[in-house]
Amino acid sequence: MELWFTEEHTENVRFSIKIDRQVVNTKSRYQQIDIFDSKEFGRVFALDGYIMLTEKDEFIYHEMITHVPMAVHPGVKKVLVIGAGDGGTIRELTRYDSIEHIDMVEIDEKVVEVCKEYLPFTACKLDDPRVHIYYQDGLRYVRTKSDEYDLIIVDSTDPFGPGEGLFTKEFYGNCYKALHEDGILINQHESPFYKNDAKAAKNAHDKIAAAFPISLVYQFHMPTYPSGHWLFGFASKKYHPVADIRYDDWNALGIKTGYYNTALHAGSFAVPNYVLEILKG
Amino acid sequence: MKDQERAPLYEALEEHRNKRIAHFDVPGHKGGRGNKMLKHFLGEDCLRADVNSMKPLDNLCHPVSVIRQAQELAAEAFGAREAMFIVNGTTAAVQAMIMSVCKAGDKIIMPRNVHRSAINALVICGAVPVYVNPGVNKRLGIPLGMKNEDIEAAVRENPDAKAILINNPTYYGVCSDLAFIVKLAHEHNMKVLVDEAHGTHFYFGEDLPLSAMAAGADMSAVSMHKTGGSLTQSSMLLTGEGINSDYVRQIVNLTQTTSGSYLLLSSLDLARKNLSLNGKEMFKKTIDHAEYAREEINNIGGYYAYSKELIDGEYIHDFDATKLSVYTRDIGLAGIEVYDLLRDEYDIQIEFGDLGNILAIVSAGDRNLEIERLISAMSEIKRLYSKDPAGMFDHEYITPHVSTLPQQAFYSEKESLPLEECQGRICGEFAMCYPPGIPILAPGELITAEIISYIRYAKSKGCFMTGTEDINMNNIQVIR
Repeated sequence: MELWFTEEHTENVRFSIKIDRQVVNTKSRYQQIDIFDSKEFGRVFALDGYIMLTEKDEFIYHEMITHVPMAVHPGVKKVLVIGAGDGGTIRELTRYDSIEHIDMVEIDEKVVEVCKEYLPFTACKLDDPRVHIYYQDGLRYVRTKSDEYDLIIVDSTDPFGPGEGLFTKEFYGNCYKALHEDGILINQHESPFYKNDAKAAKNAHDKIAAAFPISLVYQFHMPTYPSGHWLFGFASKKYHPVADIRYDDWNALGIKTGYYNTALHAGSFAVPNYVLEILKG
Repeated sequence: MKDQERAPLYEALEEHRNKRIAHFDVPGHKGGRGNKMLKHFLGEDCLRADVNSMKPLDNLCHPVSVIRQAQELAAEAFGAREAMFIVNGTTAAVQAMIMSVCKAGDKIIMPRNVHRSAINALVICGAVPVYVNPGVNKRLGIPLGMKNEDIEAAVRENPDAKAILINNPTYYGVCSDLAFIVKLAHEHNMKVLVDEAHGTHFYFGEDLPLSAMAAGADMSAVSMHKTGGSLTQSSMLLTGEGINSDYVRQIVNLTQTTSGSYLLLSSLDLARKNLSLNGKEMFKKTIDHAEYAREEINNIGGYYAYSKELIDGEYIHDFDATKLSVYTRDIGLAGIEVYDLLRDEYDIQIEFGDLGNILAIVSAGDRNLEIERLISAMSEIKRLYSKDPAGMFDHEYITPHVSTLPQQAFYSEKESLPLEECQGRICGEFAMCYPPGIPILAPGELITAEIISYIRYAKSKGCFMTGTEDINMNNIQVIR
């Protein structure tokens, strides 16, 4: 018997992974949670049938969402992470001794519970004493904050389902308010490739650009996400993501990475023309 | 006790749809085959339920079978003697109430902050309004309910009046003392007609204001489509003990369509079933949502989301806590400006904004997500757009000076004058912001300098002005 996990990347495109066994199949108040083991990608974590991460390629996503802002902002002490129930983003952040306090806001407690048990490679640092987890709606949490964070990372699911509120103009505006005057906002920015994803990327970009003086996207390749071509948003009140890279400072930290390096950092902001067109259009 | 789990009209329609009947009657789209674009847009199931009156499906103008049974179930659910399904909107229900008890020259006591449909009825039937001024909340500027002493005085001075018309509640959620008014009216042989366009939920939820039928009122117009879950334009007319509902049906049939939509009618039947079975829970959820939103909006600061604390035992006997009404003027923005910003900048559509307030309709259909979005967007609007409130218009209601009866004024010889030149003239038409649709001017009322500046101000803030022949309301029809 063969067991395959299939995700529809569009109505007409499918992506399948051969599965050894299903490890978790459960439903929370918000979503369907599945974990599989596979030969090619190791452990696979999916919400509502969409792959969130695999053991094999999650390092790309989690390194790019954290090290890029950390190599730009010279003094990140307090960080807010929204979503990120799998813990991968937190794992990367805890590698910086300079970070004093991390608030993590995840709507779905069950996701964290499952990840802690079955995804130790990402959830390993959720018990770090600097990490404070709040189980509530990210939009609600950030609304009450003002001038409080150096860095906000929105590690969300897609603009439909429980993550919908994290793609709204009011949310990005609330984030602006919650950041210090030199704060940075990083967000999961969808993909420019397939039509519906591109529309979401464009929408998010327009809304962020309306709130922040500096608003750019950077790219990375994510083999298990639709088209493999994925974006993060870099929005900032003061620092430019390329002009203000602190090459030597970051390299002096000696953080060992599998994907990120400071040369790639600068290059990741050089996006293809078709992406520029989408964001401009 | 009838079986509220039944929905006889819906069941008959479902049965009809499952039979493969060859249709040689209207509607000509024949289940959508004759208009494929429409079928694609609305769905085949919808178009196949859009049928004409026929024996197994009864006839709205003269109900004898499944519509009658559905109406009987509705009457029971609402605690009314009879219920009539209405497909011409609650406007038709309000007009039928008035025309059922008033003929030309008959007096009817009502607050002036009624919906235009009530004054329309006066234009049509020639009844004479006796206005009781609603109180006005000084801070919020909104018109309230009627004070018991004011109604007593109106009844004393007009013992020949045929009826009293009441909003229960007003658009903003304010209720008058219905039980007192019913008792007073019946002691003086007057009927009590209740505009419950915004009060369907009073019949099914807990901890909500008293409903018209529970108070012993004679008739009520209930907008099932507003908070009851039926399709837009469907409504119900409820009658109590002292009303000959067969006569009321004759009045309804004077103006209501003879091709009652089965989409609307079946939605009334299913909405009633849903309310009967799940209403208590639905409106508890609604109140919880509204209470949460009020608390959070008040925490933002600058806004005032008001509720039962307004109850003063005079002009506000009770308040409908499902209404999310918010006073915005302290952040320097008119309600209509906040309303426009929410839609244009944040993709959030609320019910209405007037000069000092907004109203968001919350229902059991809302999810936490939408509520959070609304609150967060209001927080952003305050951060990004708030201004100095000095110089803003501070009241929504101007006490009218009635010079001529509505019908006489409407049918008089008139001339069109620029707004600025209308001061001192008698208005021959309606002028209002829509929503809320409460006339600033009704036919027969004196146009004052205050009214002219109110209209100018409302236009400058972006209110949608309606009622006048001149589509832009630059000119007003005045009596020659």
